[in-house]
Amino acid sequence: MTVNPVTYIEPTTEELAEGVRLRRKKRMTNFAIDVFLIIVSILMLLPLVFLVANAFKTPAEMLSWPPTIIPRDPTIANFSAVLGETPLLRWIGNSIAFAVMSTIAIVATSAIAGYIFGKFRFRTLNILFALFLATAIVPFEVYMIPLYFQAKSLGILNSVWGLLLGYLVMSFGIFLIRQNVIHSIPDELLEAARIDGAGEFWIFLHIVLPLLRGALGALAVLAFFQAWTAFAWPMIVTTTRTSYTIEVGLALFQTGFTVDLGRLSAASATVLIPSILLFVVLRRNFVQGVASTGLKE
Amino acid sequence: MLKRKRWIFAILAILPTLALFAYVRLYPIADTLRLSLFKWDILSKNKPFVGLANFRELTGDHLFIDALVNTTIIAFGVLILTIPMALIIAALIFHRTRSRMAGFYETAVFIPHVVSLVPAAMAWKWIFDARLGPLNALLTFFGIPAQSWLFDPVLSVICIIILCSWQALGYAVLIYIVGFKNLPVSLYEAAKLDGASGPQSFWYLSIPMLKPITLYVSVVTLVSGFNVYAQAFVLASDAQGAPGRQVRVLVLDMLENSFRNYRVGYAASEAVVLLVIVLGLTLIQFSMLRERGKV
Repeated sequence: MTVNPVTYIEPTTEELAEGVRLRRKKRMTNFAIDVFLIIVSILMLLPLVFLVANAFKTPAEMLSWPPTIIPRDPTIANFSAVLGETPLLRWIGNSIAFAVMSTIAIVATSAIAGYIFGKFRFRTLNILFALFLATAIVPFEVYMIPLYFQAKSLGILNSVWGLLLGYLVMSFGIFLIRQNVIHSIPDELLEAARIDGAGEFWIFLHIVLPLLRGALGALAVLAFFQAWTAFAWPMIVTTTRTSYTIEVGLALFQTGFTVDLGRLSAASATVLIPSILLFVVLRRNFVQGVASTGLKE
Repeated sequence: MLKRKRWIFAILAILPTLALFAYVRLYPIADTLRLSLFKWDILSKNKPFVGLANFRELTGDHLFIDALVNTTIIAFGVLILTIPMALIIAALIFHRTRSRMAGFYETAVFIPHVVSLVPAAMAWKWIFDARLGPLNALLTFFGIPAQSWLFDPVLSVICIIILCSWQALGYAVLIYIVGFKNLPVSLYEAAKLDGASGPQSFWYLSIPMLKPITLYVSVVTLVSGFNVYAQAFVLASDAQGAPGRQVRVLVLDMLENSFRNYRVGYAASEAVVLLVIVLGLTLIQFSMLRERGKV
C-alpha cells in the first residue's frame, strides 16, 4: 500500500504574519458589526424603555432633559391614578379572555382542517382548500363591516363573544398545519394504524395530534398575539367602557384632554411588561411560526 | 367501501370548520361586494340597488381621495424605509449567527413587531410631542428649531411612517434571516475563493438570490401599510383632539362613513377599493415570481 507523500512546507514568517493580520482584520470586522447591531438593538428598544421609565416618573421629572432612563425618585402614583380612573384590569381581563378563546378556536379548527386537507385527497376537499387559501389574502378590514352587522343580529356586541366572532378561524393556520401534516406524518403510519383496526377519530387524536405538537404550539402563540394586538375589530364591536379590550381602552383613554403622559405611560407599561415577558419566554415558538409564513412557496 | 368511509369521515370532520368559515369569512366578503352596489343608510328601511354609483361618488370625494393618497404614501414610505434596512440588519445578524449576541439582536429587533400597537404608539407620541418630547429637545440642542411634529400636515405623515417602519422592521428581518439560512453555502465559499469580499458577495450574490423573499416581504409590508389604522388613530389626533383626523387613512374613512355617517353601502365600496389594491399587489407579486421562474 503506497501512501501519497504529502509534502508539508514550513510556512515562512511572512506567511504567518499574514495569517495573524487576516485573523485580526476579521476580528475587527466582527467587532464593528457587533457595535452596529448593538446600537440598532438599543434604538429599537429605546422607545419602550422610555415608556416604562416614564410610568414611574413624577410630572416634574417627565420634563427634564436629557430624559432619565432610571427615574430619580420612582413613584407609583401614576399607576394608582390610572387604576382609579379606568377599569384597566377589566380591560386586560377582556383582552386575555378574548385572546385565549380565539387561540383555542383557531388551534382546534386549524388542526382538524389542516389534517383533513393534508391527508385526505379527494377532489371536493381540494376545491375547499383552494377556497380557504384564496380568502387568506383578503384583509380583515375589507369585510369587517358586514361582520359587524352579523354580530349585531346575533346580539353579541359589547361582549367577548362578539370579539371572538372575528377571530374564530385563520386561513394561514390551516395552511401551516397542512404543510406540517404533509411533511411530518408519513402515510404508512396512518395505514398501519388503520390495518390494526383504529378508527379515524382515534388516529387523529392519538397519532396525529401528538406529532403536530410543535406546529400547534407555534400557531397558538401567533393566534394569541394576533388577538391580543387586534385593534380595528374591537374598536367597532365594543362601545361600552366595561367591554373594551386593552387596546381600545387605551386608545380612547389617550384622546381625553385631561390625561397626562405619566398616567398614559403607566397604563401602557402595565400592558407592555407582561406581553414582552411572555414573548421572550415563547420566542422560539413565535419565531418558528412567523418564519414559516415566509415559506409559502 | 373503505374509501367511501374515509370520505365520509373527512367531510364530517371538516364540516364544522367549513360552516364557521363560511359564516365569518365567505359570507361577509360576499356581502361587502354586494353592499357596495347598494345605497344603504342604516336608518332607512329600503336598500335600493344603485349599481356603480357609490364608486362614481368616490372619485369625487375629497375626504376619500385624501385618505387614499395618505395611505398610499404611508404604505410606500414604510416599504422604502423598511426593506433596505431589514436586508442589511438581517445580513449582519446572519453573519454573526454563531455569536452569543445573535439571539439578543433578533429579539430586540422583533419586539416592536409583537407588542400591542397602542402602548407602543403612545411611546412615540411622547417622543414626537412638541413640548415634552425628547426629539424636539434633541433638535434644539443641535440648534435646529423645534417642530410641531404631530400637527404639521407633512411631518405627521412622516411620524406615522416612522412608527409603522419601526414595527414592520422586525418581521422583515426575521423573514430575511430565514432566507439567508436557506442560501447555498457552497456558492459563498466559491465566491470567497475567487477573492470576493463580504460586501461584494452580499451585493452580487445575496441580493439577487433573495429576490423572491424581497418580493414577498414587500407585498406583506405594503398590504399591512394599506390597512394602517391604529397608528394614525393614536398619533394623528387633530387640533380639536379628534383621533386620527390629522392624517386621514382609508380604514378610518371607511369606518367613519359606516358608523358616523351611517352610509354602509358607500363604506362597502371603499372596502372594495381596498380589496382591489391588495389583490393587485398580490397579482404583481405572483406574476413577477413566475417571470423569474421562466428565466
